[in-house]
Amino acid sequence: MKLDAKIPEGPLAEKWSKHKFNLKLVNPANKRKYTVIVVGTGLAGSSAAASLAELGYNVKAFCYQDSPRRAHSIAAQGGINAAKNYRNDGDSVYRLFYDTIKGGDYRAREANVYRLAEVSVNIIDQCVAQGVPFAREYGGLLDNRSFGGAQVSRTFYARGQTGQQLLLGAYSALNRQIHEGKVEMFSRHEMLDVVVVDGQAKGVVVRDMVTGEIETHAGHAVLLCTGGYGNVFYLSTNAMGCNVTAAWRAHKRGAFFGNPCFTQIHPTCIPVTGDHQSKLTLMSESLRNDGRVWVPKTKEIAAQIREGKIKASDIKEEDRDYFLERKYPSFGNLVPRDVASRNAKEMVDEGKGVGSSGVAVYLDFADAIKRLGEDAVRAKYGNLFDMYYQITDENPYKEPMRIYPAVHYTMGGLWVDYNLQTTVPGLYALGEANFSDHGANRLGASALMQGLADGYFVIPYTLGDYLATIGPKAVDASHPAFAETKKAVEERIQKLLSLKGNKTVDEYHRELGKIMWEYCGMARSEEGLKKAKKMIQDLKADFWKNAIVLGKNEEFNQSLEKAGRVADFIELGELMIDDALDRTESCGGHFRIESQTEEGEAKRDDEKYAYVAAWEYKGENQAEALHKEELKFENVKLTQRSYK
Amino acid sequence: MLSHIQTVNSKLTTANCIHMSGNMNLTLKVWRQPNNDTKGSFVNYPAQNISPDMSFLEMLDVVNEDLVKKGEDPIHFDHDCREGICGMCSLHINGRPHGPKQAITTCQLHMRSFKDDQTITIEPWRATAFPVIKDLAVDRSAFDRIQRAGGFISVNTGGVPDANAIAIPKPVADEAFNSATCIGCGACVAACKNASAMLFVSAKVSQMALLPQGQPERYKRVQAMVAQMDEEGFGSCTNTGACEAECPKEIKITNIARMNRDFFTAKFFKQEEA
Ligand SMILES: Cc1cc2nc3c(=O)[nH]c(=O)nc-3n(C[C@H](O)[C@H](O)[C@H](O)COP(=O)(O)OP(=O)(O)OC[C@H]3O[C@@H](n4cnc5c(N)ncnc54)[C@H](O)[C@@H]3O)c2cc1C
Ligand code: SF4
Ligand code: FES
Repeated sequence: MKLDAKIPEGPLAEKWSKHKFNLKLVNPANKRKYTVIVVGTGLAGSSAAASLAELGYNVKAFCYQDSPRRAHSIAAQGGINAAKNYRNDGDSVYRLFYDTIKGGDYRAREANVYRLAEVSVNIIDQCVAQGVPFAREYGGLLDNRSFGGAQVSRTFYARGQTGQQLLLGAYSALNRQIHEGKVEMFSRHEMLDVVVVDGQAKGVVVRDMVTGEIETHAGHAVLLCTGGYGNVFYLSTNAMGCNVTAAWRAHKRGAFFGNPCFTQIHPTCIPVTGDHQSKLTLMSESLRNDGRVWVPKTKEIAAQIREGKIKASDIKEEDRDYFLERKYPSFGNLVPRDVASRNAKEMVDEGKGVGSSGVAVYLDFADAIKRLGEDAVRAKYGNLFDMYYQITDENPYKEPMRIYPAVHYTMGGLWVDYNLQTTVPGLYALGEANFSDHGANRLGASALMQGLADGYFVIPYTLGDYLATIGPKAVDASHPAFAETKKAVEERIQKLLSLKGNKTVDEYHRELGKIMWEYCGMARSEEGLKKAKKMIQDLKADFWKNAIVLGKNEEFNQSLEKAGRVADFIELGELMIDDALDRTESCGGHFRIESQTEEGEAKRDDEKYAYVAAWEYKGENQAEALHKEELKFENVKLTQRSYK
Repeated sequence: MLSHIQTVNSKLTTANCIHMSGNMNLTLKVWRQPNNDTKGSFVNYPAQNISPDMSFLEMLDVVNEDLVKKGEDPIHFDHDCREGICGMCSLHINGRPHGPKQAITTCQLHMRSFKDDQTITIEPWRATAFPVIKDLAVDRSAFDRIQRAGGFISVNTGGVPDANAIAIPKPVADEAFNSATCIGCGACVAACKNASAMLFVSAKVSQMALLPQGQPERYKRVQAMVAQMDEEGFGSCTNTGACEAECPKEIKITNIARMNRDFFTAKFFKQEEA
């Protein structure tokens, strides 16, 4: 199969407008004859479901939480980018495009990224109209701030809970359509498979998580808006329920997986305290606007800190190494995430880490408090400081925060073309679930932008083209593919429930996480990856023999839910390793220790690796096939990223 | 804002006083109920060797992992983000929604807030409108239905004015924001002896009533949402203030006053709009 990204012809700035004109339209009277299945109600799913229903399509929406409002988008803190140029500081659609392409280390498609930047301005308008209470200035207009990797202030925010406010906006639009009867909402439903009829996606199999009933739902198209798979690392900033199941099941039904090894490790998270740790908490990147990152200059001083003999505030100014400011004078503490994370790891590896574990660096607000006053700092970051205090029992107004990188976001995801369609016709992927816009590294405040761009402004156009092509004929839910897929799901559940071994599913998950973090985390090597591959294969075999899964299907059964998700994570883990092995260059968040510059920065190999790796599933325990989508850069010049 | 600073600082001194170093052994008295059709009861479980740095839910994870190893059904509870924002976690802990500390959710509660040898009683939210699904998990879909009845501004995607077309005075925007911070957890209902949902509903009504974008449907919205609230079987408000005291997001009861005002205005003067 040849990958066709379907990128429209013509100059970059005109591609999207021309494409919109060329897309077929569905006659307004026919729209109500179509049913669209939307799995996931985060920013991508809610915005898509609401917008499609407004157009007149019937929508069935699903989420695993008890309410669509709780999707993981709710946890986003820092903000959302848009090229509004309200500050008159030189921003433009082109600059946002350029920053995103460069930030992604030239591993994203120009056309997609340009479109993202283009529609970003509409997103803010839409949200404000819905009543999203963005931060404002005294004059009553919207406030902005700058965010990691950008030299202009283009980030809109809502205190430290931008995600919740944007999601509540999209949720309210969704609610309105549920009220109108255009969207049928299924909460506490987990999607477990896609139904493919004659090569086209025509439905899903879901489990009612309260009763255990396995249901099939038919539709003309299926949109997966199911978020990222960072929980493959066990510890991440993702919510506990975030999973790869929907995407992975789709992958097994023919959807290629794009760049699975591209994961983002966020530099500012609260460090791990012990084995009991179930998740990690992000401290918003916006903190790097005013906080300064440092470690003690020498190992000896760091050792005294670790032993509790001295406090951070005891360390004299000349004994501190503000390593980001030192190494990257022009970006300082605002370097992109991958760079900040890798540098923190380097300091810890050199023995300069702080905190009792030594696996942390400082993020210090003393200067900001001196410059702006404690009240101003509180107004900006108060809730983040509170959160830090709740977790660590330490007061960040007095002592610097301790932070360390943690898995945060997955740039990889289902491969999609310019229309957001996967390699299975009729099956689409939106938001973090697709691979499309962030290349090898995502810039801060760009995921919210992408989720809402996909849902509000891209899919309403591109889906119409497909629907017009297939026509409004009702989907035949009695086609044997529905019953067969349902049966496969039921069999897998029974197989899981028959596992009565001696190891808990959490133990497997933790083990998987350790392998991934160690060998497929911030630094990767051929040797380590090969070792990890074997370890994961062994883990998988062991899981299907010795895991403990309790209870029955016909009940609310969190033991079963977890087991299904972890089983999928194990398989995904192996694919991530394969992908990381294939890409012997370093780029963005993917750092191969064999490929670095003399200064220890990531070294790309554009000759060999300017492609998207799209993996095709070939069957149980078979090696996946790699397809390459060449990336063509017609507008930007590929340069080695430099934030010096 | 200022009161907030003081809470933070005072919390810190208290926390320092009771700071735990060693691990704890506790007894959990947990409500177990297989489903809504079966009667539930309390069951005691030991929670041993608990680190004060664990969150309350991590402590439950540890207990659950032991149960699973023994082949016993783990304690079911709702949770997701584990950072106090999704509103999915609940739990009545020693008689208080979200436990003993002010202004946080259960997932943000840490074991350092408890004492060695303590017995901790854990129950689900109790309210007719929130039926138990299993153990500690309840059905809060009534909240969704109230929002669906009118908790939105009727704009379609596209064709809206520029975001800066309407200036909103910062104090108004901030006040709307304070109401908008509600996470829909339901602690207000659980805290109220009448199981009233007034705090939750009024927070949403207020956010939109304060913003210029919310004006066109202001009176229609409040009537629709209140009608749905009544239909769901939530109790009436007798101004005890328990909701405000237990709300993890410190939503103020002034929202209820604002909603009542709008509701009566709608009822007596603007019926034609409803
Ligand atoms: C702590 C944190 C802070 C962040 N801060 C920012 C920020 O400041 N700015 C920014 O731009 N980005 C931020 N991000 C990233 C951003 O929040 C996410 O990438 C984005 O919100 C993802 O949105 P989504 O709609 O794709 O998926 P999600 O919001 O994760 O939604 C996934 C949906 O899919 C459903 N689902 C999943 N699997 C299934 C299944 N099998 N069956 C049924 N339903 C399923 C879920 O129920 C949910 O409704 C942050 C991320 C984290 C973790
Ligand atoms: S008002 Fe407070 S207690 Fe009630 S649902 Fe909202 S956040 Fe929870
Ligand atoms: S789990 Fe999300 S608020 Fe507690």
